[in-house]
Amino acid sequence: MDFKDYYETLGVQKDASQGEIKRAYKKLARKYHPDVSKEADAEIRFKALGEAYQVLKDPEKRTAYDQLGSNYQAGQDFNPPPNWDAGFEFNGGDSAGSADYSEFFESIFGQGFGSTQGGHKQRTYNASGEDHHAKVLIDLEDAYLGATRSVTLQSPEIDSSGHIVNKQRTLKIKIPKGVKQGQHIRLNGQGSPGMGSATAGDLYLIIEFNPHSIYRIDGKDVYIDLPLAPWEAALGANVKVPTPAGAVDMKIAAGTPSGRKLRLKGRGIPSKDPGDLYVITKLTVPLADSDTAKNLYQKMQEELAYNPRSKLGV
Amino acid sequence: MNQNILNGILLDEKTELTLLELCSACSIAEEWIIELVEEGALEPFNLQSIGKQHTQWLFTVDCLQKVRTAKRLQRDLNINLEGIALVLNLLEQIDTLETKLRCLEIS
Repeated sequence: MDFKDYYETLGVQKDASQGEIKRAYKKLARKYHPDVSKEADAEIRFKALGEAYQVLKDPEKRTAYDQLGSNYQAGQDFNPPPNWDAGFEFNGGDSAGSADYSEFFESIFGQGFGSTQGGHKQRTYNASGEDHHAKVLIDLEDAYLGATRSVTLQSPEIDSSGHIVNKQRTLKIKIPKGVKQGQHIRLNGQGSPGMGSATAGDLYLIIEFNPHSIYRIDGKDVYIDLPLAPWEAALGANVKVPTPAGAVDMKIAAGTPSGRKLRLKGRGIPSKDPGDLYVITKLTVPLADSDTAKNLYQKMQEELAYNPRSKLGV
Repeated sequence: MNQNILNGILLDEKTELTLLELCSACSIAEEWIIELVEEGALEPFNLQSIGKQHTQWLFTVDCLQKVRTAKRLQRDLNINLEGIALVLNLLEQIDTLETKLRCLEIS
């Protein structure tokens, strides 16, 4: 188990005042809140912040942590000495048993921490299981064709002896054709099991698309950049355009400029009211890297009276 | 491990959620959603029902995410309802702008 430097997590000095700790936490919590932050590791950072603050905001816990941690560096292998917490009396608190804290936190402040915390309460009651929410990442192609995805879920459950255990289960789920970013799939009865005789909760899966190398997605519409050679744009051409459902032929009109938005109606994400595929033209220019190419460019330069900057007045 | 392929129900833009369904899906008390509606942070799409019985309220599916975000903002950052309404609004704007930006690829 690695030692966690809670001061480092909050970016404060070891002798920081309670006020400084609070301000540092609030500032970072707003920055890394998973609903607000776009950083990939926001959720992990936010949890780490919460754990650090949980300890440092409480003078008792902070003193215990300081005493314990004075000889450790962050990431160093850590084992709490036996009975290290003798002499501290903690008033229970809301931390014990939460599956959200690190192993390090649990070993110090988890179950059995301090002597005032009682054993597990064993109660029998009936309560509907909670509804769960999870994200599923799919590819754009899956939305065109439909797919089956395996989703691994971790959910804390209470075992027969009253301990909270993280239970893993894998579900195979059909992704229906036509799903869009942010839509939900509801699986009835796949949430937490109910307590006693009550019904299980539902599982809500939120659809998210993996970033695609050539397509961009806006709701039901899809965008693609289509490179064109200068002669295709100038003279017009029939070109192949890829779509997530397979390539199609597209007519490019003579004199098509770069950056023109062409619409392939109904070629977006399919459904009763399908989206459109927007093709954005992009002129690409071949390099003058051979004698033939150089000659052709020179010929154009000599024979075409073309000033691309005429509108700029120069 | 469950080898059966599960068929879920796709909640698309046409899906309507009652207040009760929304509460249960977000594990949240009815009163809190009523407060969000009164603050204007959340709107039933059948607007004419706002003044009427809460059981007549119907929500679109994107309210699911909104309520869950609102709940986390309150729990984690201690933001009040006015603040939540503002944050939800701004988050929506950022989302729209980012999608536009991505489609134009001015990144």
